[in-house]
Amino acid sequence: MAADEMDGADSSELLRAPLVIEYPFNRTTGPVVGAFVTALRNRTVLGIRDTSGRVVCPPVEYDPRTGAPLEELVEVGDAGEITSWSWVPEVREGQPLQTPHALALIRLDGADTSLLHVVDAPGPDSVATGARVRIRWADEPTGAITDIECFELDGGAS
Amino acid sequence: MRDVAIVSVAQSRHRRAATELNEVEMIQPVIRQALDQIGASIADIGFTCSGSSDYLAGQAFSFVMTLDAVGAWPPIMESHVEMDGAWALYEAWLKIQTGAADTALVYSYSKASPGDLPRVMSRMLDPYYVGPLWPDSVAYAGLQARAMLDAGAITERQMAEVAHRNREAARSNPHAQVVGSASVDELLAAPMLSDPLRVHDCPPISDGGVAVVLAAGDRARAWVDRPAWIRGIDHRIDGHQIGARDLTTAPSVAIAAQHAGVEGTFDVAEVHAPFTHQEQLVLDGLGLDDGVQLNPSGGALAANPMMAAGLIRLGEVATRILDGSVGRGVAHATAGHLLQQNLVCVLEGGD
Amino acid sequence: MSIDPSEDRSVSTLPEGLWTQPVPSVPVDLGDDPVQRQVVPASMRYDYSPGLATSRFLRGLAEKRILGERCPETGEVYVPPRGVSPVSGLRTTEQVEVGPKATITSFCVVHIGFGVNAPPTPFVSALFLPDGAAVSLYGTMGEIAHDEVRIGMRVEPVWVDDADLTTSMENIRYWRPIDEPDVPAEQLKGHM
Repeated sequence: MAADEMDGADSSELLRAPLVIEYPFNRTTGPVVGAFVTALRNRTVLGIRDTSGRVVCPPVEYDPRTGAPLEELVEVGDAGEITSWSWVPEVREGQPLQTPHALALIRLDGADTSLLHVVDAPGPDSVATGARVRIRWADEPTGAITDIECFELDGGAS
Repeated sequence: MRDVAIVSVAQSRHRRAATELNEVEMIQPVIRQALDQIGASIADIGFTCSGSSDYLAGQAFSFVMTLDAVGAWPPIMESHVEMDGAWALYEAWLKIQTGAADTALVYSYSKASPGDLPRVMSRMLDPYYVGPLWPDSVAYAGLQARAMLDAGAITERQMAEVAHRNREAARSNPHAQVVGSASVDELLAAPMLSDPLRVHDCPPISDGGVAVVLAAGDRARAWVDRPAWIRGIDHRIDGHQIGARDLTTAPSVAIAAQHAGVEGTFDVAEVHAPFTHQEQLVLDGLGLDDGVQLNPSGGALAANPMMAAGLIRLGEVATRILDGSVGRGVAHATAGHLLQQNLVCVLEGGD
Repeated sequence: MSIDPSEDRSVSTLPEGLWTQPVPSVPVDLGDDPVQRQVVPASMRYDYSPGLATSRFLRGLAEKRILGERCPETGEVYVPPRGVSPVSGLRTTEQVEVGPKATITSFCVVHIGFGVNAPPTPFVSALFLPDGAAVSLYGTMGEIAHDEVRIGMRVEPVWVDDADLTTSMENIRYWRPIDEPDVPAEQLKGHM
């Protein structure tokens, strides 16, 4: 038995109103995220070496496996390959591209883990796991993940 | 360890939008039914724990408001998790283990319909590296499906078969929202929603809730003939950075299952896999024998009220033990994106 | 890095080093203006409905009426109603008009205002117990000096002009004193 619902006999009285909730977060970055986004502002991408020698990109403060503090930031490439992707046919407010695009995990050259971002592509048929992609930098970097405007397919759409 | 059982379960008729109700109006009948059907009142309850999230309905202090439905005056011993209600049940189970309470009311709910759920869900992600990209939860899940498809861990047909089996099973579930399914071939002929996911691979957006009552030992036996005893319960978490995870496995499921004592034969399993490809990942982690009845309720593909769909899995197994139709079952709940956090609970009838 | 085991730590079980921040050895020149903060606004839109009971309350306000709902167990009237009695957990079905006269059960003199609708400081925010209700409504006091407000004072709402009435608490501009004797504090017990 489903619990009886309150009856909606008077539901014609129901009021509805638009509600916008805004969170004006002003976050501190710390030394690792801070270094990463500062480097992005300089059009460079940093990873960090974990205790097993893997390069984690984007970099994390502590080893995801052991919790040990990590310190060795290393520069990785501005191109890499797609390790997984999905298609975004309907763009939502705030997303980096305002046209249909791919959401993708991208392993940059020199990194051992993947970074989440978007790939500008004409359609899902032109995207594939393993495809080479390269960063398209934002015109006016601010020190944020969105300084990467998106990734482009290397050599254009396949 | 104290013997603790689920002795009562109630849930709403889940639906796309309970527009005419506020959250307390929506959950109140569910809480009342969970208490009334065992003849209990709030005075019989030692601890109350709820699960909800203010982000879903845009309702500040939602859980404080819904406490009105409990009758929380004079003040009661109470807590809340911003997680699926299965984790609220875990906290209540711990509370009873400590001896601080002998009974507990656990409930969870959400009204996701006022907002754009796939967009709201992005707010639980890393705020530096991921949040500013506003990935929607369907495309995000698609990354995991693609990884499994690429690795040969699942096929699109197998995913459609999961959708078909669950939604056909939902025909006998009076609480379900999406009931019945087109044939697997027809499902596969449909266009992609968010390649590689089609509509049938995704859960519905649901408004609804669930409430259960826990009791220890003789208190449980006094309330019902066949308590659904919690024989094991455990939860584990995988890393949050999905680019550093192997998306074709869910190690936290396997470890939680091991610590919850998932071994031997089960009559029924209810797993919380909102997206079709995730069912296989959970089953791989649980390592169940063939022959177990899987998701007789239709699972989260039939109704997926956020914060409640996991606790509902425990409730579905417990309901079948309470009514005598099964002897032993396993329930799984997940929280976060891409099966990040997983809880496994073994439930059993008997003395 | 080493941790002095005799040092008092707030959580003693955390692995060594968890409270320390690494000092990265940065191989590239980050310049002398590293990014230390990020402004990451998040805005979400909802199509909000307050439910049936609160809708009835707000529609009452549009007619300058304050509608509570009665607990079927205790008989007490709750306002604004949420559809459920917070004492018994039972549905409320009977609407009861309360007020508009009310009694101050508590107040605060505000010297630093914030929010777009805050009146000029100092002003008095207060809880107003409408006659017939078990719980108080929040609002602000007007037409009285801030240092003359007291618990037990009798008040009434001052409504916006009829042409400006909406289904909103903003219909009550503020509350003002009326010429009635104060209610003794002991009579407000349980409602403060």
